[in-house]
Amino acid sequence: MYLTKEEEKILHGESGEVAERMMRLLVQLGDIYGADKMIPVGSVQVAGVSYKSIADPGTEFLEDLASKGAKVKVLTFLNPAGMDLENWETLKFPKEFAKNQLRIMNAFKSMGIVITATCTPYLAGNLPRFREHIAWSESSAISFANSVIGARTNREGGPSALAAAILGKTPNYGFHLWENRQPSIKVKIEADLTFDADYGALGYHVGKLIKNKIPYFTGIKNADTDQLKALGAAMAASGAVALYHVEGLTPEADLVKKDNLETITVTKKELDEAYAKLNTGKQPDIVILGCPHASLREIAAVAEHLKGKHLKKPVWVCTSRMMKEAADRMGFTATIEQAGGHIVADTCMVVSPIEDMGYKTTGVNSGKAGNYLPGFCKQNVCFNNLHKLLEAVL
Amino acid sequence: MKGRMISPGKVKGTALVSKEPIGFYGGINIKTGIVIEKGHPLEGKNVKDKILVFPCGKGSTVGSYVIYGLQKNGVGPKGIINRETETIVATGVILAGIPCVDKIDIDQIKEGDTIVLNADNATVEVAR
Repeated sequence: MYLTKEEEKILHGESGEVAERMMRLLVQLGDIYGADKMIPVGSVQVAGVSYKSIADPGTEFLEDLASKGAKVKVLTFLNPAGMDLENWETLKFPKEFAKNQLRIMNAFKSMGIVITATCTPYLAGNLPRFREHIAWSESSAISFANSVIGARTNREGGPSALAAAILGKTPNYGFHLWENRQPSIKVKIEADLTFDADYGALGYHVGKLIKNKIPYFTGIKNADTDQLKALGAAMAASGAVALYHVEGLTPEADLVKKDNLETITVTKKELDEAYAKLNTGKQPDIVILGCPHASLREIAAVAEHLKGKHLKKPVWVCTSRMMKEAADRMGFTATIEQAGGHIVADTCMVVSPIEDMGYKTTGVNSGKAGNYLPGFCKQNVCFNNLHKLLEAVL
Repeated sequence: MKGRMISPGKVKGTALVSKEPIGFYGGINIKTGIVIEKGHPLEGKNVKDKILVFPCGKGSTVGSYVIYGLQKNGVGPKGIINRETETIVATGVILAGIPCVDKIDIDQIKEGDTIVLNADNATVEVAR
């Protein structure tokens, strides 16, 4: 890989030990994946934030880096943490867990990383532009940035994203190159997609089938950004889809080559089967919405359903701190809390220790959550659309 | 033997060899360097100051942080030699500054061999 004089100097330790190791990490990854050079990135999102995911070794690594004076060069946000960073006591997150989670957040903050912990940075103040090179880590955020925004990112791990943030650069390979953004399979939709959950079920089915291919969808008529967020998240979870195109909707769809591709068709039958596979439980102990983090529109819909009603089981709506702020102002938070629910910011069900909080069956409308909860959180899952999930606990 | 440099440095030490992959997170105690994975061929042995030889890494990505932590706690291996270094081990050794070379025929190395690992030149010498 070609390195500029300045990059060579960093690699030889002239900018200190932290920069040297970070540069070596990126150069090594670049060599392994055939990068020709380093390119500047405009935005970073770092994964490996929850104490549940990185445990003591990760926490100590981050504290060590922070103590050596590591600082980021570009706008950098975080993946969700393991708990609501402000209301963890009210929500009964374990104390010992909270103590460690706060150590992690302090380490990130002292490196200059914005401690906005969300899987939807694009809704919370970290929005890249079309064709901008970025280094993001969370799989649904990667999918949204690549597909819906048309920015360019590989699937970064925690350390490689942190290195990109500290150096402001990433090796040029993979999804940064136009030739690697071409679809490799056509997916023809012959079913009505109404609820966000329908997009989740579709994504779950397609991801399982095509693994890490790049799909080009036809037959999706009018999906909004919440639905595209649900679709991409599910495909990234059940498969490893980091980029998709939708005819007429996503920015690169008209530009890519889509001739002579293998085609698969999805009908109502496949969607029904996906719903059946995702349902492993009967009656939820808790309903958790907002995977990926809820938009204000989704929070408003929950508030509308719960207005003047009383919940028999807890309902959490997970979101970013920014959306929560807007929901507070609009009275959505108050409406949801009066019904007995909570808006939970900074965290999500997958990275929080819900299995230690006494819950066995979780109701979700997310194909991604439905895919991960049985393994990561030992939960049975009730997968349904928002309306039916809430009806079941009213 | 000549391989590929993953992380630079020159060290001499005694080989600790595993025919099985190593999962660092949950597999090695970060404070002592002792292998704790049940049923692992190296269970109960200490990686401290050894040239650790194994085919490749496995398991959780937190493994990168464990390699870093072993080194910081003074119980890390002196060097690592792999058949194929995947990204978990690569990330770990680079962050920790542990010399590492891969693309080596590790069957040529026996437990207790004295090894000169020159990662700068990507070479491994075995002395018996």
